[in-house]
Amino acid sequence: METAPKPGRDVPPKKDRLQTKKKKPRERRNLEPQRSVSGAQDPFPGPAPVPVEEAGKFRRIDKSKKLPHSKSKTRSRLEVAEAEEEEISIKAARSELLLAEEPGFLEGENGENTAKIRQADIVEAVDIASAAKHFDLNLRQFGPYRLNYSPTGRHLAFGGRRGHVATLDWVTKRLMCEINVMEAVRDIRFLHSEALLAVAQNRWLHIYDNQGIELHCIRRCDRVTRLEFLPFHFLLATASETGFLTYLDVSVGKIVAALNARAGRLDIMTKNPYNAVIHLGHSNGTVSLWSPAMKEPLAKILCHRGGVRAVAVDSTGTYMATSGLDHQLKIFDLRGTFQPLSARTLPQGAGHLAFSQRGLLAAGMGDVVNIWAGQGKASPPSLEQPYLTHRLSGHVHGLHFCPFEDVLGVGHNGGITSMLVPGAAEPNFDGLESNPYRSQKQRQEWEVKALLEKVPAELICLDPRALAEVDVISLEQEKKERIERLGYDPEAKAPFQPKPKQKGRSSTASLVKRKRKVMDEEHRDKVRQSLEQQPQKQEKKAKPLRARPSALDRFVC
Amino acid sequence: MKVKMLSRNPDNYVRETKLDLQRVPRNYDPTLHPFEVPREYVRALNATKLERVFAKPFLASLDGHRDGVNCLAKHPKSLATVLSGACDGEVRIWNLTKRKCNRTIQAHEGFVRGICTRFCGTSFFTVGDDKTVKQWKMDGPSYGEEEEPLHTILGKTVYTGIDHHWKEAVFVTCGQQVDIWDEQRTSPVCSMTWGFDSISSVKFNPIETFLLGSCASDRNIVLYDMRQSTPLKKVILEMRTNTICWNPMEAFIFTAANEDYNLYTFDMRALDTPVMVHMDHVSAVLDVDYSPTGKEFVSASFDKSIRIFPVDKSRSREVYHTKRMQHVICVKWTSDSKYIMCGSDEMNIRLWKANASEKLGVLTSREKAAKDYNQKLKEKFQHHPHIKRIARHRHLPKSIYSQIQEQRIMKEARRRKEVNRLKHSKPGSVSIVSEKKKHIVAVVK
Repeated sequence: METAPKPGRDVPPKKDRLQTKKKKPRERRNLEPQRSVSGAQDPFPGPAPVPVEEAGKFRRIDKSKKLPHSKSKTRSRLEVAEAEEEEISIKAARSELLLAEEPGFLEGENGENTAKIRQADIVEAVDIASAAKHFDLNLRQFGPYRLNYSPTGRHLAFGGRRGHVATLDWVTKRLMCEINVMEAVRDIRFLHSEALLAVAQNRWLHIYDNQGIELHCIRRCDRVTRLEFLPFHFLLATASETGFLTYLDVSVGKIVAALNARAGRLDIMTKNPYNAVIHLGHSNGTVSLWSPAMKEPLAKILCHRGGVRAVAVDSTGTYMATSGLDHQLKIFDLRGTFQPLSARTLPQGAGHLAFSQRGLLAAGMGDVVNIWAGQGKASPPSLEQPYLTHRLSGHVHGLHFCPFEDVLGVGHNGGITSMLVPGAAEPNFDGLESNPYRSQKQRQEWEVKALLEKVPAELICLDPRALAEVDVISLEQEKKERIERLGYDPEAKAPFQPKPKQKGRSSTASLVKRKRKVMDEEHRDKVRQSLEQQPQKQEKKAKPLRARPSALDRFVC
Repeated sequence: MKVKMLSRNPDNYVRETKLDLQRVPRNYDPTLHPFEVPREYVRALNATKLERVFAKPFLASLDGHRDGVNCLAKHPKSLATVLSGACDGEVRIWNLTKRKCNRTIQAHEGFVRGICTRFCGTSFFTVGDDKTVKQWKMDGPSYGEEEEPLHTILGKTVYTGIDHHWKEAVFVTCGQQVDIWDEQRTSPVCSMTWGFDSISSVKFNPIETFLLGSCASDRNIVLYDMRQSTPLKKVILEMRTNTICWNPMEAFIFTAANEDYNLYTFDMRALDTPVMVHMDHVSAVLDVDYSPTGKEFVSASFDKSIRIFPVDKSRSREVYHTKRMQHVICVKWTSDSKYIMCGSDEMNIRLWKANASEKLGVLTSREKAAKDYNQKLKEKFQHHPHIKRIARHRHLPKSIYSQIQEQRIMKEARRRKEVNRLKHSKPGSVSIVSEKKKHIVAVVK
């Protein structure tokens, strides 16, 4: 039977009022400059400077959104949460100091154009380990190649049009398997790890082990032209010649959705890594966005005058690059307005596009690969001057940036080329997400955890943070239902009751006077509000009274 | 030209020997961790499901009494000791770790109405139907001694409850009136009464130790001040309160277990409205006890279940029941806030876990981290419909379930009639009374 602990010296005595305790965000106390025994003073007094720009990327609360009117308890909790997020974002930004690696770069001296620098020059100037990352595989016999890197970037799989399929660890050049599937290979993709491989063959979709053993033949996915794997949902999306977009859940082996895109043959498909939405390019110049939860596309964007030939989305889901038969290469803004940000006319249309982790855009036009770079990680690539170019020994058929290495893999008529692109990749990976140096045990543990937190396909939508938002519609619905049920509104302001006062100030006349004062004040507020709303209404009414729009209106500045 | 390629030294990323830990570099950039919210949602769903899978709260049943268990008392210094008094006058002292009875005393002829321990833990007091108050040693008779009370006080009326002061050598009994006794004297120091009916229970406030509260048969709860030897104020409810319990963390909050199936948490300073009305039982609530954290309390009811309520919510978070457990008369929450003991009509004392899916014993640091993370996830996503449905799901015995449906229909009918009355009468003539104030009849100072 212990007594309650006695308050310490600095704690003020408890107030004898019925107050709800407000949790205020902790204030930083400014200490006086510390003096050491030797008398030396700290040359940088005060707390470490706050990196404001980097702290911005760790903030997740969207402060511009207005929440419906809520109780004071909810509002105070929100304030506490926002203050905590501020503190945490600063601490996370400070912890960036611990990141070991720096991104690569390529700069020309004396105004040199980086696009004129050849791969051979870069290979000479760079250290041995990086030089070894540049290689050419001459495989002319089995047709143009398409390639894919595994999610950790350690393994490479490529498939030739005449049936040659191989997987290897490209860093150590150790071949894992090499087979000929005796059928045309249209596309090839690694599934969630380097252990499984999906090959879109002429007739059906086949799944292979990384030793070359055929595991599954999925006959429901026939005449597949393109494959995309959504890693966090364990979904394999296939676009077929028959016009169907099929989602296959590879963890349970079920087809989640088979959507009829109603646009004829589906040739161009890419995924948006930020929200797992599939972008399909069509021959009428539109790009449509699909989610397995809906039968209709989420959005349709008109991009080009002719057909769309290639689509690519960057890793943050902010920019989409498209190229079309009208020889244009355009970059669209995906978050917010779906408007084009920049455009460029190419001498030859780009048939393949790829974004790197740090926002570099690679385009394959014929047998030339052009790479454009932006200012920093967050800005779109500027299409004025290419950053790097390279001519290959055959026409480009596939482009893929290696995930955590400064390397671009190109599949072409003559085989596979691995190009060096300094500054393409994210230098610091997270060991718990995709770790190129993971051991067998770590891979197994990671796979189990990834399966346990597999996101259901119904949750795919344009805003992946939708689950964390307040469901305003349901909230207001609930309020209405509660008012109906109770017969009155429990949160409506109670009519003003003047408190009884001492010394004769509580006579009937003075009570009535006080009530009247409060009522008049509220009336005045209401009138003011309605006056503010009136000119807005008048503006809306004024619009239809203008003259009919004529064709000459566009010449009015 | 200036060129630098990203080139990692594998020595910095791969461990040197098999005996080392694996190196896991971290980067907390949100662009490397897409789908944060859906993945955490799935983790929260898994955590909620696993919580239900591992919810096995029943630990042990202490068998031995030969009549229904009427009252329980905790030992103030030893977590493993509990005292129980039965309806045949027997008092037993149990060891919870060995789940055995240490000592049996035939204390009274008739019911043992109340039992309480002294704050130092060396002795305890019992009152019974034979109008006596007896003080016993906690240790037990040594070799050659007989089992005898240290001290016996004979009274004139039946005493129905007893409680000991938290700091001083004073105890209080209640029966016809509230008597405050000094341990050295054989007659009460003072007697207080307000009202005409018998008083069923009395409790000392653990923080403001001079305050006590009592429940009487004329539906009121009276608060007394020991220093001035007067009653302070009383609140009259619609039905009789069985017991009250003071919050061990908030000096002025107490919870009353009422016959009208509800529990009322009052703030002593403003008795006209209860802070919260806790509604979930389907029969009279017989006993209530607070957790040492002061955030939750457990209530025992005549419907054969015990429920755990948070202090600030009106619905219970947990319900424990067994086919073998009949009407639960008394309940206690152990002083380490981990276990709940309840004594029931069928002569058994049952031991339960306070958190049904908690793993007992010492946890490794990884287990603790995983447990904390899962707790926070469940809290963050608790309002999402699928998760709420799973977290709320409890199996109830058919009797309680059908009673709940019936009472819901009755409440709905009453509410509909009130709303109609409100709608069809002159505005202002029918006043809207909040649910909390409805159950209070009057407050008298």
